[in-house]
Amino acid sequence: MGLWLTLFAMGLVTVLIRLSMIALLGRFTLPEILQRALRYVPPAVLAAIILPEMLQPGGTLDVSLGNERLLAGVLAALVAWRTKNTIFTIVTGMTGLWLLTALGV
Amino acid sequence: MSISTSHAEFWAGARAQIPILVGVVPFGMIYGALAINAGLPASLAQAMSAVVFAGSAQFIAVPLFEAGATPLVLVFTTFIVNLRHMLYSTSLAPHIRHLSSGWKLLLAYLLTDEAYVVGIQRYQDDGNSPHKHWYFLGTGLALWATWQTATAIGVFLGARVPAGWGLDFALAVTFIAMLIPSLTSRPVLAAALVGGVVAVLANGLPHELGLLLAVLLGILAGLLVETRLPSKARKPQPESG
Repeated sequence: MGLWLTLFAMGLVTVLIRLSMIALLGRFTLPEILQRALRYVPPAVLAAIILPEMLQPGGTLDVSLGNERLLAGVLAALVAWRTKNTIFTIVTGMTGLWLLTALGV
Repeated sequence: MSISTSHAEFWAGARAQIPILVGVVPFGMIYGALAINAGLPASLAQAMSAVVFAGSAQFIAVPLFEAGATPLVLVFTTFIVNLRHMLYSTSLAPHIRHLSSGWKLLLAYLLTDEAYVVGIQRYQDDGNSPHKHWYFLGTGLALWATWQTATAIGVFLGARVPAGWGLDFALAVTFIAMLIPSLTSRPVLAAALVGGVVAVLANGLPHELGLLLAVLLGILAGLLVETRLPSKARKPQPESG
């Protein structure tokens, strides 16, 4: 029950953001500083999800060659950098993780 | 382009979305599978795709639900992650100001990254077709239907994926694919670095508040670097010096 209420509140917040400027047009313009700040939301969010996943598998910091998630993530990042191809990056990262885990690196 | 009827606009918009849909299908499937493996009820995982309808926010919500984050943290995180849609709202607003409230609400609901990127192009085309909002509707609904279907497939398959496959890592890898190509300027790089490092350092904070702190400090870092840079380094240089 609580989960469902939370879900609908998340949906409401999302649609209100998307409707905001469409509904308020002419009465309010987004402050310039906020417009600039919004551009940094995606890189900050993405990195804030990625880095703990790579560096803290299971919750504790592990910066070693024995951390297969760190290695697979670096591999995926290299592929993303060279190819800019989403599917190829995902396939490389996941295959890398499976191979490294199987090999027991 | 000479599209004259609302019907033709609708289908042209849907067709224009197809190249993006190819990438959206695996993304939606990964989301569905991830949600199921995190212990979310199938009905809730599927409903999130319809009610929230925002890829990255849904992905981020999964581990938060799994960790038992409070409703306030979930709603506020969704708010921060989706705040960028205000830019799309600002950009689309003048083109649809003549439409009814119902149309505005419908297009706002469909205003995702993918629908915006394709739909706004129609408004930049020459010609003054009075039906360009139908193009936006077509492109938005094509994405919507695909997202719901891909989620359902992911939910179905996810229940059959063994835990040993490390499916939770698919989130990180998917985000790597989105982040790395976007790191094209120093302020963006600063936002990502600070966001990532703070998230690692603040991982133990209660209520999963580390993510929010990381994002806010990342934004601040981006703004700071942008302000510190001499203006000529920020603007593209003219071709001949």
